[in-house]
Amino acid sequence: MKKLINDPQKVVDESVEGFGLAHSDLVTVHTDPIFIGRVGGAVPGKVGLVSGGGSGHEPLHGGYVGKGMLDAAVPGPVFTSPTPDQIVPATQAADGGAGVVHIVKNYTGDVLNFETAGELCAAEGIEVRTVLVNDDVAVEDSLYTAGRRGVAGTVLVEKIAGAAAERGDTLDAVEAVGHKVVANVRSMGLALTPCTVPHAGKPSFDLAEDEIEIGIGIHGEPGRHRVGLEPADALTEHLLTPVVEDLGIGSGEKALLFVNGMGGTPLSELYIVYRKAAQLLADRGVAVERSLVGNYITSLEMQGCSVTVLRLDDELTELWDAPVHTPALRWGA
Amino acid sequence: MAGPDGRLDGAWAERWLRESARVIAEHREELIDLDRAIGDGDHGENMDRGFKAIVAKLDDESPDSVAAALKMAAMMLMSKVGGAAGPLYGTAYLRASTAVADSDALDGQAVAAMLAAGRDGIVARGKAQSGDKTMVDAWTPAAEAAVTADPADGVAALVAAADAAETGAEATKPLVARKGRASYLGERSAGHLDPGAVSSALILRAAVTAAESGSGAGGPGAGA
Repeated sequence: MKKLINDPQKVVDESVEGFGLAHSDLVTVHTDPIFIGRVGGAVPGKVGLVSGGGSGHEPLHGGYVGKGMLDAAVPGPVFTSPTPDQIVPATQAADGGAGVVHIVKNYTGDVLNFETAGELCAAEGIEVRTVLVNDDVAVEDSLYTAGRRGVAGTVLVEKIAGAAAERGDTLDAVEAVGHKVVANVRSMGLALTPCTVPHAGKPSFDLAEDEIEIGIGIHGEPGRHRVGLEPADALTEHLLTPVVEDLGIGSGEKALLFVNGMGGTPLSELYIVYRKAAQLLADRGVAVERSLVGNYITSLEMQGCSVTVLRLDDELTELWDAPVHTPALRWGA
Repeated sequence: MAGPDGRLDGAWAERWLRESARVIAEHREELIDLDRAIGDGDHGENMDRGFKAIVAKLDDESPDSVAAALKMAAMMLMSKVGGAAGPLYGTAYLRASTAVADSDALDGQAVAAMLAAGRDGIVARGKAQSGDKTMVDAWTPAAEAAVTADPADGVAALVAAADAAETGAEATKPLVARKGRASYLGERSAGHLDPGAVSSALILRAAVTAAESGSGAGGPGAGA
């Protein structure tokens, strides 16, 4: 294991500390328990937005704390969900009196800890709603699993629900917009290489030089199929086709196309994937009106990418375009 | 029935938690490897972190009843473990604590009630059933076996539960996971023990060890 770290046990603490120093104009880092809040605290009368999950997915979630997006983010240990004793104070810090929406990726640990925290917050008098993100079409049969995982679509949910909260929508409305994004977004990813969790010290799965794993989640967990390496265009087709089919998006519709890097793939390659994905959508008569390309939800240094399609309407486009000012996403503000 | 040395009181509960911490630390790497195979490899690390925190808390203050000890453990596990294991074990200990709230020393019936409540907590929180390849596959046979022991004998109920939990954990090997991160592997999850069922069996065996090592270390009522 070759990493820019001091002590595997201190990776999260030291990384979050550096993050706070680098972005002190936007965020405040709280320690013991660790969570990241918006500078200046909760905005009175505004619905609060809180997300969180294991560390190792940077810039998710701390990178999206700021105006127009999250009010607080709760990082757990690497690839392990945070605990209720972190989520509860983060929720309290995000509560401006209008209630709080938890944005939770559908992974068992995240769901259980946010559920427990939500019950504790309710006992404290804070109304908490949950938007569960489950955009990963790689998990085919959700009847016999924990259900579809929440992956790259989470970034889009946080941006759009964040814009709704920022413009003053009610708790009901912010929650509804979050559910609307979830209903209209699908993703699928692939890995060229595994990643190494610092405290484990060894790769989380083994992959031969000429093999790739299709349908990976964001924790380096194996996917559903292992296939031989193919050119980028063919791989892009493997990702986009199930996304488009599951979403049922077709001719005459508008979309946001998001190609996300898993942390170890250069932007040049992500743009090669974007090129093909955009062509494939155009072939189907789908108008790509908005785009996002880059490392927005990663798995440490894993090489690979995911392709996400969000069906757009006027409301979602307007909220996507609304000003945002966070460490990892900024426009119009 | 439980003799004076095996009295299942607050002192026993404290010994149980300390013994659990010892065996979890001893099996940390094994639990990590089991979890690497079908999950994400953090179960040993997370459980060790949680139980170390419990021991640190016990060094500060000794709980005065089984219920207090279990409640303290629940709070520490929920706040320190994270992942799926934290809320699941935390809920198990919390419900178990409530079930024995009125008992100064547990007989077999109380042990059975405690284990059934813990199992019910895990089922409610995790929404898993028997056969899903989870902790439930250790806890359900344990709770069922405890009922069949002499209702007056707490230690006998613990022994029956620990034996059944170990058999149950072993039986998760051929199963295809239907809950948790292992469920994403589908058929590929078969052939591996479930790490949560294994840690559950270790913890229930620790309860027996704690009862058997009670000689001379009982609470105020010991020897009565």
